[in-house]
Amino acid sequence: MEKAKKLGNTKVSGTIFAGIIFKYFGLPIEKIKDYLQEIFSDNILELNNKALEIGYGMIEPKLSLQGNKDLSQYILINGNQSIALGALAAGCSFYSAYPMTPSTSIMNYLAAKQRDELIVVEQAEDEIAAVLMALGASYAGVRAMTGTSGGGFSLMVESIGLAGITEVPLVVAEVQRPGPATGLPTRTEQSDLKFVINCSQGEFPLMVISLRDVEDAFYQTARAFNLAEKYQIPVILLSDQYLADYNQTVKAFDFSKIKIERHLAGEEVFLDGEYKRYTLTASGISPRIIPGKFSNQVVLVDSDEHDEYGRITESAEVRKNMVDKRMKKLELLKEELNEPRKLGNAKGEVLLLAWGSTYGPLKEATENLIGEGYNITALVFGDLWPLPQKSLNYLAPFAKKIINIEGNATGQLKDLVREQTGINCDLSILKYDGRPFSSEELYHRLKEVL
Amino acid sequence: MCEFKTYETAWCPGCGNFSILKGLKRALEELGKKPHEVVISSGIGQAAKIPQYINVNGFNGLHGRAVPVGAAIKIANKNLTVIVESGDGDTYGEGGNHFIHNIRRNIDIAHFVHNNQIYGLTKGQASPTTGTGQITGVQTMGVLNHPFNPLTVALSLGATFVARTFSGDEEHMVEMMKEAILHKGYALVDILQPCVTFNKVNTFKWYKDRVVKIDPNHDLTDYFGAYKLAHQWGDEGIPIGIFYKKEEKTYHEKIQHLDKGLPLVDREINPLKAEKYLADFK
Repeated sequence: MEKAKKLGNTKVSGTIFAGIIFKYFGLPIEKIKDYLQEIFSDNILELNNKALEIGYGMIEPKLSLQGNKDLSQYILINGNQSIALGALAAGCSFYSAYPMTPSTSIMNYLAAKQRDELIVVEQAEDEIAAVLMALGASYAGVRAMTGTSGGGFSLMVESIGLAGITEVPLVVAEVQRPGPATGLPTRTEQSDLKFVINCSQGEFPLMVISLRDVEDAFYQTARAFNLAEKYQIPVILLSDQYLADYNQTVKAFDFSKIKIERHLAGEEVFLDGEYKRYTLTASGISPRIIPGKFSNQVVLVDSDEHDEYGRITESAEVRKNMVDKRMKKLELLKEELNEPRKLGNAKGEVLLLAWGSTYGPLKEATENLIGEGYNITALVFGDLWPLPQKSLNYLAPFAKKIINIEGNATGQLKDLVREQTGINCDLSILKYDGRPFSSEELYHRLKEVL
Repeated sequence: MCEFKTYETAWCPGCGNFSILKGLKRALEELGKKPHEVVISSGIGQAAKIPQYINVNGFNGLHGRAVPVGAAIKIANKNLTVIVESGDGDTYGEGGNHFIHNIRRNIDIAHFVHNNQIYGLTKGQASPTTGTGQITGVQTMGVLNHPFNPLTVALSLGATFVARTFSGDEEHMVEMMKEAILHKGYALVDILQPCVTFNKVNTFKWYKDRVVKIDPNHDLTDYFGAYKLAHQWGDEGIPIGIFYKKEEKTYHEKIQHLDKGLPLVDREINPLKAEKYLADFK
C-alpha cells in the first residue's frame, strides 16, 4: 500500500500484488503486461506497468507453474456450469426456474445460450410455476428441467408428486444451502437429503442422484434425462452451494459419451386402434407417445387416480393396479443404480460413508491417512435413492468401525443406510456451520477417532 | 358421431358445466379441429373435470396450476391448440399468481374460466367471486371480502383479449370460445355459470335476468370504455361479449428463434452440437 501511495495512487496496490503473485509462481511478466494493455491505456497503463514491475521485483520465485503439460484438453469449470452443460448435451430444450441462490447460475448459463441452441429459458413467476412449466413442456415432448434450492423445492413438492402420478418425465436440480427457511443463503449444507427423498404426499417412484464433483454434475445431469424418460419419473439432482460455486480444473468433458435415450413409442402401441397412456405392462412402464403426433390419438394424463386411458376412477381394483404399476418402476430402477465410488483400501477395517460434494475433501484426507498406515475404505454415494446397497453390504462385515461423514446436523445418510440395510454407523462426523469440509479438517477429525 | 365423444360425467343435473362442455365441443368442431390437435390443461374443481369428458389431449393437473402447464405446452409445441379450463377458485384463488403473470406473457392460449361464484367441488364455500354478504357454511357472517373482478384485473394487466359469456346462451358462448381460440395471444373468457346445488343466490334465472349483450358498436380497442363496462355488475345489468381486443406480439413472436422454424418438440437433439461451449472454460 505504501509503495502504491508513493506511485501516486493507492488503487494500484492490487497490481503490485499481482506482480508479486506472478513472480511467486515463476510466471513471465509479459503475460500480465499484455493483459494490462487490454484494459488500460495512456498514463493509467504506464502507472500500472510501473506498479507491476515493483511487485515483480519484490520477491524471488517460490514455485514453478511453468510445466510442459498441455492444458488444451482441460477446462476450468464449476458445478452449476457443469449441470448446465450436461443439460445442453442431453438436449434439454426448455428450462424454467425462479431465481434462487445458489442455483441461479444454471439458468444464467443456459439463458446465455438460448438463441444459439434454439432453446427456451423462462423465468417463471414462482417455483410452483417453474416446475409446472417444465412438466407441461415435458408432457408435450421436449426435454425439460427446472432448478432451485431447498426453499424453492419446498414449493415444488406437490408438483413432484404430480410428475409421479402422471408419469411425466422431469429433471430437477436442487442446489442445497443451509435451511430451514432462508437459513444461510450463500453458504453450503447437505441437509435436504431426507426431505428430497420423501418429498410430496403419497407413494410414488422417484430417483435422487447427488453430485460429487463437476464431472458428476455434467455426466449425471445427462444421465438424469435418460432415466427420467425411461422410467417416466422425476429425477432430482442433489447438489450444494460448495459444488455449485467452486472452480475445478478437469479433463474436458467427453460429449461423445452422452447418449440420448428417449424411450418414445410409435404406432405399434395402438393395440385396439386406440392409445392408452397408462397401459398396464409387466415392467410397469407404459409406452409413451407425444401428444399431437398421431392422427386422432390423444394423450390424457391425470393427477387423479386413473384407468389405463388416464380417466379418473374410484375403482379399488384399478387403484391397486396403478399403485403397483408405478412402484414396479422403482424395483426396475434398482437394477441400474451406480454403486458408490470407492476410495482407499479394498476392505478397510474402517469404513467411511459420505455423499455428494464431500467427495473431494474426503478423497484427499483418506489418501493422507492411508499414507500413514491406516486401513480405510470410503464409499462416496452418488445415487442415493433408491439406495445402492451392494458395496455397502459387501464391505460392512470387514469394518470394525463405520463412520458417516456429512454436511448436516443429524446424519441423514446414516439414517437412510440403517433404514434400508440395517447397517449401523458407529460414529458421525458432521458439519453444519455453513462451510464445506476441508481435507485438512477431515484428516484431523478422522485422526481423533481412528 | 362427434369426434370429441361422450363420457359419463359426475356433475349434478342442471349444472352449467354440461352446456359449457357441449359448447366447447361445438366450438372445436366448427373450427375444424381434430382431437389430437387440441390440448386441454386443467386444474382441480368441477370445471377442471372437462378433459375427462372430451376426447382431446388432456393434462388434468393440480388445483390452481393449469395455466403454467398450458403455457409451457404451447412453448414446446406451437402447432397445438391449447385451452385452459378451470373454475373461479382454481384460477382466481389458488392460481392467482399464474393468472396474473400469464396475462403478461401473452402466450397464445385460450383460458375459459367457469365462474359460478362458489366452490362446488368442496361443497359451497365462498370463492373469490362470491358476492359480499353471501352466507355459506364457512362464511357464516356473510362474505366479508369484496369480490374479485377478473375482467378489470385482466384489463389492467394488459390482456389482449377479454370476454365474458353465459352458459345459458349457447350460441353466444360458442362464439366467444371460437373468437378466443382464434385470437393470437392470451384470451380470457369468463363464463358465468349457475351452481344448482351450492349457489342459491346466483341462479340460472338470476344470470338470465341480468346478462346483456355488449352493444355491437362497442369499440373493442377502447381500453377505458372496456374498463368501465367491466365494472358493471348485478342489477344494473351484466355485460357479456368481447370487452377488449388488441393485436400485440405474442410470447412466441417476441422470441424469434421460437417463432421461426420447427416447434421445439421437433428439433433435433445432438450432444456434439453443444461441445463447442467447452471453449467458455478453456
